[in-house]
Parts: sequence; structure tokens; C-alpha cells
Amino acid sequence: MFVDFFNELLNGRLIGLKCLDCGTVTCPPKSTCDNCRGRNLERVELSGYGRVVSYTVTYVAPMGYEKEVPYVVALVELDEGPWIVGRLDVDVEKAERENLIGRRVRVYGKEFQGEMFYPMEKRVVPMFEMV
Amino acid sequence: MVVMGVGQTEFGSHPDKSLPELFAQAFFEAFDSSNIELNEIEAIYLGNFVGEITDGSANLGGFVADEIGLSGVQAMRYESACCSSAVAFKEAYLAVKHGIYDCVLVGGVEKLKSAGTSIGTRALATALDGVYEVNTGLTFPGVFALVARLYSETYGISLEELRECMAHVSIKNHRFGAKNPKAQFYNKLGNLKVEDVLNSKMICSPLTLLDCCPMTDGASAVIVASEEFAKERIDEPIYVRGVGQSSAGSLFRQKREVVKALPRRKSSEMAYKMAGMSPKDIDVAFVHDCFTIAEIIALEAMGFFEYGEGARATAEGLTDLNGEIAVNVDGGLIGKGHPVGATGTAQIYSAVKLLRNELDFVKIDAENVMTDTLGGDFGTLVNVILSVHRR
Repeated sequence: MFVDFFNELLNGRLIGLKCLDCGTVTCPPKSTCDNCRGRNLERVELSGYGRVVSYTVTYVAPMGYEKEVPYVVALVELDEGPWIVGRLDVDVEKAERENLIGRRVRVYGKEFQGEMFYPMEKRVVPMFEMV
Repeated sequence: MVVMGVGQTEFGSHPDKSLPELFAQAFFEAFDSSNIELNEIEAIYLGNFVGEITDGSANLGGFVADEIGLSGVQAMRYESACCSSAVAFKEAYLAVKHGIYDCVLVGGVEKLKSAGTSIGTRALATALDGVYEVNTGLTFPGVFALVARLYSETYGISLEELRECMAHVSIKNHRFGAKNPKAQFYNKLGNLKVEDVLNSKMICSPLTLLDCCPMTDGASAVIVASEEFAKERIDEPIYVRGVGQSSAGSLFRQKREVVKALPRRKSSEMAYKMAGMSPKDIDVAFVHDCFTIAEIIALEAMGFFEYGEGARATAEGLTDLNGEIAVNVDGGLIGKGHPVGATGTAQIYSAVKLLRNELDFVKIDAENVMTDTLGGDFGTLVNVILSVHRR
């Protein structure tokens, strides 16, 4: 499921699961509905738009990510309801200077260098572009 | 169930000791104060988070058993990130409570400082969602930085004010840690000012180095037993009155509720109910202050303050000695150190020592003490209530 999610993200599509029982959209995909726990789920494409709910500029990175610092990790609330984690495509100084919470963003996928523990050869990160 | 003897190594740097060797140090202190024979220990419940990564060593149960002379007993390793030895403690509680064992050893060991910051940070990140969080470069300071901003937005406290409130957690816990001879920062950082915390190195904004607990090597051990077994052997049994545990999924699945730490509310309510107590009955709390904001959130979820009031309560001194609830008077994870898999039973160590009035550096007339241990981004929560009174 997660491999499909990231491959589709690289193709410009944000994939989730819509519950045919309660209507809730779960994203990223999960084996059960995030609301009613049901398994009657249908694969859907989301709009890819949402708002920043929190973010942090990371200066100290884990092994395998050191070359990427500083970077901005953000939590985004998608228009369809789910929250996802990704990176905010923004200048670090701007992120430190301004409060970006509430800013509207569009999601796209970007491939980064893989690392030894990650269970996919390529490491795809949801990126949030401010619109 | 009661706690008999307790032990803890000095927290800090132990590159010259293997994981079993380090654990043995904590065990000997616990064993020597329990007045039992070695062959009376029926099982070992050991917490360890990332021995594979830091020391290339897993399957620690047997190696630890053999190291301390107990080869042959049932020995289990428990992994629940920072909650590992607290989960081990809960599992031991179930076994003793239900009469499976009369006397067992619980503890934990970890060597994160010796592993270095880069490997240590990656090792800690294995406690994140393995496909949807870790890939972004999110770290644990990052998780709590995200939570800090959410706290600020949710409760309408400006980030500037919140950072000052958080600084008071660091100041307080370092003040206690500097007095604790077993703390990583013993005799260090005991007189911090708000500006020191705000101006230290930025790790994940808005969290600076002094908002974070350190990487730590260390071990802790406690001997627990049935009341019947303990009463003929020790004079001051500490009673385990309440135990609670709960779980949650990834940070992003918890959404806005993440600032309420709902698994912790559930876990602490289980512990209160079992103990027949409420937050008002607790004299001292040892809570999971892996980051300054984490202590604030813990105190709210455990019911010591209303949601949204923990930050200002901290700045007003209500979590200090002579406040409403004395919190982390051993230095907490920030001042004492955080050898991840050993932290849960290290909190039990401090709680038991305090209840027996054996902590030389802090004297409080406490009858009921509560511990709070968190694994991951609220993925695993354990709360324990310990008391000098049987009920």
C-alpha cells in the first residue's frame, strides 16, 4: 500500500482510501478506516490541497539525512480532512521569521537519496508548495 | 505487588561497558538492597530500545541473565521505544499480581551517548512511523517542536510566551539534576536563566538544545515481588497501587488531539482508578520530559492542570517544590539523562528512593508518587502509582 502511495505521489497523484460505510477519507492509506475502523474502503485521488497546521525547521538531522539540513518538516491538514507529514518547500529564514500556520499548500512528491533502514529503495517525500 | 530493592547506574557516558555489563551494575545495587537469594529471582523483564543499532546487539535477555549469574531463568527483552522498561514493569506486574511469579527482576539498559548524535538520532527516529514520518527527516525534537507550535495555536499562547514557559521546565529540571549524583548533568547547568535556554543552539525550532534531554548511557533495575514474599525480607515495601497503559498511532493520525495526549489521559485514568486515587492524592510526579513541552503536556493529560494551563502553571512555579505538584525532582530526563530503554524503571528508582526518604539531595514528605513514561509520539504510555500505604 505504501509503495503505491509514494509511486503515485511521484506521478503527481495523492492517493487515499474513502470509506464506503461512513464516507471518511483516510490518507496516507491504512488497512482500516481512520474513523469507523471499517474495511469497506475504496481507493480515491485527493485534491492535493490543504493548510499548514504546524512546522519546524530541523537543524540536526539523523544519519543519512545530514546533507539535507536545514529543512522544514510540516504537518498539513488536507481539504478532505486527513493530516499528513512532509516538507514545506519554503526558504528557512522565511519559515523562522513568519508564522506560516494556516497557509494554503499543494502537495507533490520528490525523490531523495535512499538510506539503509528505509523499506523502499527510493525515498519519496511529500512536499508542500505554497499557493 | 511491591517494590523491594532498586538500582541505577550513573547516567552519562559508559563506552567501556557492554550492555549486559552496564545492566549488571544497576542490578547489583537493586539485589543488594532486597535481602533475597539470587535463586529466588524467577524471571527477568528487560527494557532495551535499540541495542541492535547502538551496540549491534539484540536478544539481550539471555546475555543479561548470564552476566548476573541467572542463566536458565526466563529472560525477556521488551521494546516500546522510551517506554520499554515501563512496559516491562507493567508485564511483570501482571505476572506477579496473578501469582505466576513471586519475585522478578525488571529493568532497562541503553547506550545512546556512546553511539554518537548522528546514529543516536537515527536510532531514535525508528520510533516514528517507519514509512510515512521517518522519510521526511522528522526527528524526535522535530515531533515535539511540531507539538509546541500546535500547543501555541490551540491555546492562544504566543510562541514567545510559550518558549519562556518551556524554559522554566529546563531551568527547574536542570536545577534538580545538578544536585543528583547519578545525573548526567550532576554539578552542571544548575543555575540556568530563561535567556540561556532561549539562546542555546537551535535544534528544531522552536526547541533549543536546552529544551531537549541529552543522549545518555545508563541502566536501572528494580526487584518486585508479591506482598507475601516481600514482607519477611524487607521493612519498607513500596506498594504498586495503580498501573495503566495505552497506545496510539502516528502523530498525523492523532491530528489536533495530539496536544491532549489522549493515550496518556487513558493510561493515567486506569492507574488512578486502580489505586482509588485522583490527581490531588499525588505528592510528586516523575513525568516524561524528553523535551520541555513534553512535561507541560504530560501534566495536563495526567489531570494536574486543565488543558492549556500547564505552560503558565510551570512558569508560575506550581510544578516546583512547594507548588501544587512537585515534578521531576530527580532532574527528569532533561537533567538526569534519558537512557531510553532504562528510563521507565529509572523513574521507579527515583520514586521508591523518594518514598523511602533516601534521596539525599531532595527531601519531600511524600506518600504517593506517580510515574509517567512515553514511547514515541504518544504511541505507548505507561503510568504507575507507588505508595508507602498498602491502601
